[in-house]
Amino acid sequence: MSAAPEMRPPWYRSKPAMSVLLVAVFLLLCAFIDPGESNPLWRLPPLLKALPYAINDAVQYMLFEWMPIPVYDPIMDLYEQKPLLREVTRGVSDGLLFVINFVREVLLGGVNTIVAFTGWDFINEHEWVYWPALPWTVVAGWAALLGYRLEGMRLAVLGAATTCFIAIFGQWEPSMQTLSFVLITAPAAALLGLGLGIWCYRSSVVEAAMNPLLNVAQTMPHYSYLVPVIVLFGVGDHAAAVATIVFATPPMVRLTLLGLKGVPNDVVEAGLMTGCSNRQLTFKVLIPAAKRDVLLGVNQVVMQCLAMTVIASFVGAKGLGSNLMIALNSLKIGTGIEIGICIVLMAVFLDKVSIAWANRKTDYFADRTFLQRHTALLLGAGILVAGALLAMLGSVIFREDFNYLHQIPHNKGLTTETFWQGLVDWIWNAFFEPLNSFNKFLISSVLVPMRDAYLAMPVAATFLLVGGMAYILAGLRSAVIVLLYLLFIAFSEYWDRALITAYMASFAVIVSAVLGVTVGTLCAQNAHASRMALLLCDFFQTFPSFIYLIPVILLFGITDTSVIIAAIAYATVPATRYTIEGLLSIPEVLQDAGSMAGVSRFQRLVSIEFPVAFPHIMLGLNQTVIFALFMVIIGAFIGTTDLGQLILKAISDPQGTGVGLVLGVCVAFIGLAADQVIRTWANNKKRMLGLA
Amino acid sequence: MTPSPTGTPAGSTRDIPDAGTTPVAIRCENVFKVFGKNAKRLVNAAEGYITPEAAAEADCIVGVNNASFEVREGELLVIMGLSGSGKSTLLRCISRLTEATAGKVIVDGRDLLAMNNKQLIELRRNKMGMVFQNFGLLPHKTVLENIAFPLQVKGRKTRESMDRAMQMIELVGLHGRQNYFPRQLSGGQQQRVGIARSLAIEPDIWFLDEPFSALDPLIRKEMQDEFLRLQKVLHKTILFVTHDFDEALRLADRIAIMKNGIIEQLDTPANIVLNPRTEYVRKFTEDVPREKVLRVVSVMEAPAAGETPGELRVPGDALIEDVAEDVLGQSLPVGVVDGSGALVGVLHPSHVLSVLFGASAGHRSADGA
Repeated sequence: MSAAPEMRPPWYRSKPAMSVLLVAVFLLLCAFIDPGESNPLWRLPPLLKALPYAINDAVQYMLFEWMPIPVYDPIMDLYEQKPLLREVTRGVSDGLLFVINFVREVLLGGVNTIVAFTGWDFINEHEWVYWPALPWTVVAGWAALLGYRLEGMRLAVLGAATTCFIAIFGQWEPSMQTLSFVLITAPAAALLGLGLGIWCYRSSVVEAAMNPLLNVAQTMPHYSYLVPVIVLFGVGDHAAAVATIVFATPPMVRLTLLGLKGVPNDVVEAGLMTGCSNRQLTFKVLIPAAKRDVLLGVNQVVMQCLAMTVIASFVGAKGLGSNLMIALNSLKIGTGIEIGICIVLMAVFLDKVSIAWANRKTDYFADRTFLQRHTALLLGAGILVAGALLAMLGSVIFREDFNYLHQIPHNKGLTTETFWQGLVDWIWNAFFEPLNSFNKFLISSVLVPMRDAYLAMPVAATFLLVGGMAYILAGLRSAVIVLLYLLFIAFSEYWDRALITAYMASFAVIVSAVLGVTVGTLCAQNAHASRMALLLCDFFQTFPSFIYLIPVILLFGITDTSVIIAAIAYATVPATRYTIEGLLSIPEVLQDAGSMAGVSRFQRLVSIEFPVAFPHIMLGLNQTVIFALFMVIIGAFIGTTDLGQLILKAISDPQGTGVGLVLGVCVAFIGLAADQVIRTWANNKKRMLGLA
Repeated sequence: MTPSPTGTPAGSTRDIPDAGTTPVAIRCENVFKVFGKNAKRLVNAAEGYITPEAAAEADCIVGVNNASFEVREGELLVIMGLSGSGKSTLLRCISRLTEATAGKVIVDGRDLLAMNNKQLIELRRNKMGMVFQNFGLLPHKTVLENIAFPLQVKGRKTRESMDRAMQMIELVGLHGRQNYFPRQLSGGQQQRVGIARSLAIEPDIWFLDEPFSALDPLIRKEMQDEFLRLQKVLHKTILFVTHDFDEALRLADRIAIMKNGIIEQLDTPANIVLNPRTEYVRKFTEDVPREKVLRVVSVMEAPAAGETPGELRVPGDALIEDVAEDVLGQSLPVGVVDGSGALVGVLHPSHVLSVLFGASAGHRSADGA
């Protein structure tokens, strides 16, 4: 803002007046534009129809013709011309597959790793060659030991409880498959993100180039990553790993950059004056000083990797994810819940371990004996021996049966399936009427009319409404950007589908925002309640998004209602969190000033707390939009008819690359359009309040 | 400040480096720092100082304008100026945290500004230490690790650097807090860590960029005393930046007063107060009580033949303020001794009186006595 006093705009330029005018024109347009395929005011022609095919061709060309390089073929003993990209992706695939298999076989046993070094002939000749699986007791012991060494009793108990739960409920094998997957993808994504983050920090050119990429990447639905990955890397654990790494890296880049930029100048200069080389400055000063944000990034990466395990099962990742999908598809709620708990427990444990590991301390003057210095190592070895002995003992006890002390086979553990099934039956019997009528009411009286209304909007009217709102809230620049996003979608073939996605997401966002802001405001009135609520938000945010679908399917079956309710539940979390944080961060002075002016509780809320907390609450709303959009797209998995469904279809289509990418970009653009308006709006408010 | 009752105040035995004999540690030659697109051209076109008109025309901001001076070994040079005067910029040019636009900084016969990165790192690792206004402690390291950090950067063995760091902790009086994190310490303690860290590698040249400005007044005084005590032991070559004129007077061997990037005057505290060269400097000094800057040597007379001074002896480099009470209590003139205890002059009570109340004392603050 300039120093000149602000002029009050004439009445017709005030926000409410402009909004009313805008809606009036919008309704007029809706009423007077004829629906008809040839009317460009009703629907724009699909000019970008050919784009998916162009992308397909480009990918095919890159993959099979571009830049041939000579590759030595050891079997034929000659050099062959092979395309570069294909060789690169093949190399990456092989590498990933090898390390994943390696970790997996350490945990579960197998021969693939040995084969990689010796060849199948060797295995077939020698029957004894087999890498034995670690007994689950050993892994449990190690988890407890790790937890104890890093933090203490509490983490040790969590580690032991997690592993025991997994083993006892017969999820050992898929869990270890998932673990091996996460143990490779999470560090890979974290390192990649860290590297890119550092690069962005070093070079403003790279940062400027990376920024829009990150924006799109973070608003693309999970599914869209799968399609190009299949084309480039095929199907299997390695492809899933690539998709997961690509998906989990952007938040790490963001947070690394944020952290590095937040390092105080004094600290950087202290490092320089100490005579740090570039590398020392980066790894000994900058990154440790930015630890909080970098760790937050690692944490996010672990969460994203676990969240992706379910979606990655579409491209052939083995583990809990594919089992969960099967369970949900066949409506085995009990199994689904057990698997869900396994995923959540693993997420929580890995989360805590990574944080405790980063916070560990060193004592330089402790004079310790060899035994003291290597306690953990020796204990670990002890656990290994003890576990192995137990497993041998088990082979004697359970001679006829499975050796439960070694590995508990899949689905041979305890299960609470019957209990849950009973519960589901009971719920259905007891509450069928209310649930069903609610379901029917929601679909027929709210959702369907809303969807029809969205679909009945002429494209010109939509543009006017959205662009106009963007202009009123965030200014001309934002309006132009938003309209460009919309233009892309309108010129693609998927405008109607996008409208359906938009209707579901906007319904979820409205409900979530109202719920979240209300709950957040109520909780913020009391210090204890806000702490509890924030803890709960933390807890719910560790849940991979798929988990939210389990209970709603239990209640509403496979319907749009389920998707919307899952989206609402998922998206309410950030709205609540940001509302509480915003309201709690009001400067003390303002509160005191209010008190001295004699405000009532309600006046305080309306005239002090809400206006000052508004920008932060808006950022929460931004998250809510993205979360709701993601969930709606994931909802395709239980049968919606929006963009998500098409993306899901594209996965199984050999020509799906281009379609999948374009669809993903469409969804990303919806998210980015909302993001643009809300963020600019919040920032403007922030500047006006002098908080920026 | 109260005069110490013994008449031998802190810092009284400081050796002021003699311009004639002590070698030069740092020599700045025509250092310029100009911000803006046309910086290089502006500096090349300038003859002597860049004029404000030229800078405005070139759309540039001048941070340091043609700074040339020498710092002798063991000397404590204070660069004084208000915010925006370019004092920190000058220091940062010399330490090369900012690249100067033009000029030379000669250290050990080599131009620091022309060094490549490797040479610069080598120099910083072995010869330089710096203390920052906001401490610049590494938040993830304990006190011990922070202080050991410069040694580890150099590649010393862990055990060795930790032992050395413990010595430094003793030196700055933080024993028992070595395993604290910076956030667990008060501001004064944090700056002690900063000082210990900057001294860990035993630098020859010590940069301090407003080291005590972020501290409370009482703590600041305490840290200044501590700093003088350290310097008495260590005899480093020091460049000390401050915006606090009292601090400059208290600490400096010489003071450089800066305004708009130009060094207005560079002289001993006494000379700056007695003979301000520009109007700007005079304004700074007009309220300064002279007993706080004048030392015995600049007021005493040579011992006249046959005159016998009284019993009391005062050191030549003591401030008048610190010895006034004792000298005024004597009926006979007081003997003045140098560092080795030899008689170098006599101080009459009337000399002291004329400093305290004389007509040439100029303005005096009410609390000056």
